[in-house]
Amino acid sequence: MGRRSFLGLGAALTGSLALGGKPAIANPAQESPPADAPWSQSIGAGVVDRPYGRPADSEASVIRRNVPWLTAGTESSVSFSPLQELHGIITPNGLFFERHHAGWPSIDPAQHKLMIHGLVERPLLLTMKDILRFPQTTRVHFIECPANGGMNWRAAQMNSLQFSHGMVSCAEWTGVRLSTLLEEVGVKKEAKWAMVEGADGAHMNRSLPLDKCLDDCLVVYAQNGEALRPEQGYPLRLVVPGWEGNVNIKWLRRIKLGEKPWHSREETSKYTDLMPDGMSRGFTWLMDAKSVVTFPCPEKPLDGPGLYEIRGLAWTGNGKVKRVDVSTDGGVNWQAARLHEPILSKALTKFTLPWRWDGRPALVASRVVDETGYVQPTIAQLRAQRGSNSIYHNNSIQTWQVKPDGSVFNVQLA
Amino acid sequence: MYSSRKIGLLLVAVVLAAACARASAAEPGHFGYGSVATPAQIAGWDIDARGEDGTGLPPGKGTVDRGADVYAEQCAACHGTFGEGEGRFPKLVGGVGSLRDERPEPTVGSYWPFAPTLWDYINRAMPMPAPHTLSSDDVYALTAYILSLNDLVPAEFVADRNSLPKVKMRNRDNFIWTDPRPDTTAKPCMNACVNAADVRIASTAEGRNLTPRTTGPLDTMQPK
Repeated sequence: MGRRSFLGLGAALTGSLALGGKPAIANPAQESPPADAPWSQSIGAGVVDRPYGRPADSEASVIRRNVPWLTAGTESSVSFSPLQELHGIITPNGLFFERHHAGWPSIDPAQHKLMIHGLVERPLLLTMKDILRFPQTTRVHFIECPANGGMNWRAAQMNSLQFSHGMVSCAEWTGVRLSTLLEEVGVKKEAKWAMVEGADGAHMNRSLPLDKCLDDCLVVYAQNGEALRPEQGYPLRLVVPGWEGNVNIKWLRRIKLGEKPWHSREETSKYTDLMPDGMSRGFTWLMDAKSVVTFPCPEKPLDGPGLYEIRGLAWTGNGKVKRVDVSTDGGVNWQAARLHEPILSKALTKFTLPWRWDGRPALVASRVVDETGYVQPTIAQLRAQRGSNSIYHNNSIQTWQVKPDGSVFNVQLA
Repeated sequence: MYSSRKIGLLLVAVVLAAACARASAAEPGHFGYGSVATPAQIAGWDIDARGEDGTGLPPGKGTVDRGADVYAEQCAACHGTFGEGEGRFPKLVGGVGSLRDERPEPTVGSYWPFAPTLWDYINRAMPMPAPHTLSSDDVYALTAYILSLNDLVPAEFVADRNSLPKVKMRNRDNFIWTDPRPDTTAKPCMNACVNAADVRIASTAEGRNLTPRTTGPLDTMQPK
């Protein structure tokens, strides 16, 4: 603090003491907002002080977080995006949720190659340079781990928006349509399935029906305008719009076409849904419609009665969000929220609703309806169909309990 | 009577339609980027084996006894001496008959539908610190050993590309491979949807003490 500002602070303190805490009137400047805080009376940092920018120091708490007791280590684990601190439909690249099965590799893009083979006319080996020459496509899509909300199947467990819903993120992806690459190799008519495989230590592989590959899948190298982050598959990943995160293979190195699915470990022992009768559902790729109120939430309590804007996000693997309703009384009555543009297919969509909180207990929830007419179910409706051991695909309505002191808790209704 | 102008437009439309159809289904090699993958290159990368019928399993074989040795060296530290799993690392045995229980235990013995998938997964992803470094024979041996720990094969079993697809896995017939969703239907009711007196909190995360911190540095909370 400079000598002048120190003197100024001293004068202000003396003034307020002299007046017994009443507003100072001697100096008109002291009645105005702090126009002359220290940062207004000094010179700031120059350009390229941070050649690659980073958030303000005060935002240091806005980070991906993990649940240490959930997994044996951090290499085959998950981190959650801090949805409570995000305000748009695009997830900043450093905050995009992570799911790795053998850690994230550091790949030299000059050595990375994509092989496309199997039931094709002309098997290809493509370098990153080759892939960048193909016609570009850019689209905004969410990616959600199907286990998002999995810890709340049995009961409300995670008292946090970040840990209950943070395995969803959304980005603008740029790359080449998978259909373009498949036309380039020539798909043989017997081909019905594709096996897609990563270059990480897990050599993560999944089977995808050829129809989906030809429909809207992208092979991308850019995320929100810059190269993919290593945690998101640098230098190349698959984006399978609207389908469970696990099939969006990161560090993509191989696509093989075949007549039948592969039934890899990740689509038999994992990413299958165990039903109460002992049967399991496999190949449940679609992410059904889901929404969540992001304010208020356990991390963002209310600050006394008054007018607030309830805010939230909705998304659906079926296409576009058509409507979001919000309830503040545990689902007795609902009101249509305002959807904010852009409303994009298979992307996060923002909604808001003004709310005057009277200071009494409230149960805040949101319910999305997508363009196919599908309505987001309650947890009770899901449990009636699937029991509570299916781990994946919990897209139920989230209820936040608001207590008179404004604190917020994750609850489930009977 | 058609004017020559209309016929001209029609012709343009026909030509454009043909051009579009062609553009939407380019011939293989249209762009000509990259290099055609040679059989040798493909052979080096083509590591997958299909679960249901074992297509893609390589030559080679492995016995249960050999598997026990490889397992002790490569796997036991995480998965336990008898596949019981150390800490939160996956169990490889047990849970048979548990899938309808309150706490099911899905393992190779109780849940996995196809034996070749076990070979494929060990081959591509294990051991975790050095994936895809074991020989095909050792992967066959490990597969034989883990199947034997689960009483799915006899002690003298030899795993190879012919024997693995024939192993009858306990849960094989209990998967539905077509998605039955949507499995819930609801009308988006707007008013007096439930009786206000019936709105009851069935569970709360309050006081459970399971949630890591969401401010400040990363949590280091350990298992309780």
